Amino acid sequence: MKDRYDVLVVGAGPAGSTVARLVAREGFSVLLLEKDRDVGTPVRCGEAVSNRSLESIVDVDPRWIAATIRRFRLVAPDGSCVEPDLGGHGYVLERRLFDYDLARMAVDAGAELRTKAYVDGLLADGGEYRGVTISLNGERRTVGARIIVGADGVESRVGRWAGIDTTTPFRDMECCAQMTLADVDMEEDACEFHFGTAVAPMGYLWIFPKGHRTANIGVGVSGAAAKHKSPIRYLNEFVARRFPRAGILTTVAGGVPCAATLEDIVRGNVVLVGDAAHQVNPMSGGGITSGMHAARMAAEAIAGALRAGDLRLLAAYPKEWQRSHGAKHRTYHRMKEAVYRFPDERLNAIAAGVLALAPEQRTIWGVFRVALMKHPALVWDMAKTFGFSAFH
Amino acid sequence: MLLIEIKDNTCDFCGCCVGVCPEDAIALQEARIDIIEERCTNCAKCVWACPFEALIFHRPVREAAS
Repeated sequence: MKDRYDVLVVGAGPAGSTVARLVAREGFSVLLLEKDRDVGTPVRCGEAVSNRSLESIVDVDPRWIAATIRRFRLVAPDGSCVEPDLGGHGYVLERRLFDYDLARMAVDAGAELRTKAYVDGLLADGGEYRGVTISLNGERRTVGARIIVGADGVESRVGRWAGIDTTTPFRDMECCAQMTLADVDMEEDACEFHFGTAVAPMGYLWIFPKGHRTANIGVGVSGAAAKHKSPIRYLNEFVARRFPRAGILTTVAGGVPCAATLEDIVRGNVVLVGDAAHQVNPMSGGGITSGMHAARMAAEAIAGALRAGDLRLLAAYPKEWQRSHGAKHRTYHRMKEAVYRFPDERLNAIAAGVLALAPEQRTIWGVFRVALMKHPALVWDMAKTFGFSAFH
Repeated sequence: MLLIEIKDNTCDFCGCCVGVCPEDAIALQEARIDIIEERCTNCAKCVWACPFEALIFHRPVREAAS
């Protein structure tokens, strides 16, 4: 390990490893730091992605895929099921392999990687930061860098140290409890999403098959709901009811920042990506591929800034993020806020409304159109953001 | 005075509490978590957000009127 690098990346999740790989590939020195003993574990994630989104950012290794999803089942509080056609398929990933491989690919591209490397502060130098302080296997030291990337996930402390308020608004934090279950009876190509105040108020419960009769099951509820009853209680109750005989392979907690996008993701020579930059889709809570797409934009801006020796070129990254994802995420956030307020009867009525549609109209847009029927302003907002064709 | 306590055997070190803390008053390592007393304002957001109920808010005992 050297004393100084061109780029230092804090956090070896999908976004951090992708920035590290793409910047190292351009010939710059990169150090990737992970605070845990292992890259890829524990898995605090539902692990589902859309095939198109993943394939557009990385060459997919079949080993990463635990299950291919062809059906998406939305379950209303009264138990009625809607299966909208999403116009593609999904994967449930094996993230312990996926994250591990992305980090390995970063190393193969020339990055250095250290685990058990806990970054606990930035070294200030005027308006910039010349490096970080770390505890590496318990030993304190400093490492210098021209650019520091905060890919430190939901905690997002690197951003705060650089003066960016990355606190997730309490209501926007989806507080999650999840398990991996063994010996479950379910269709191995269908994802289930359960809604309603009894199972997951201001959020949803997911069941994603992972092959070999195993499944990733979890509950995410807004902090505003978790305050009254914690996610682990919702999950235990559901599992006892639906899978009373299943074995529990893992039990994990997690937080997902489902906020409207963060405007401020670059400050001086500090760049934020992934959950740390609140780049999760606030409607679905999915953040793997959006974080990786952001990582690619960030890597391009970083390589450009280093090549030109001009940090101002980092501004290309937030600009590209806002253009490609920011506006959409703001609309998703408004939609989420509307859906949060739906009482159970309304959710049941939406399911009934969608089931009344002709089968070819039962798309995800059909669901939203029925759901937002009483919110013409939001439908207009969606049409502007996603294109009017989504509604035909 | 710090009114929040973290139960060692319940915490999963997930960082949900760190994400909602408005004061950057929680430091999380792989399997160690500390509340930084000088920064904590006892707002209890971390307690409410914890998925596993690993944080406890101890209500202050009101001092007897003197």
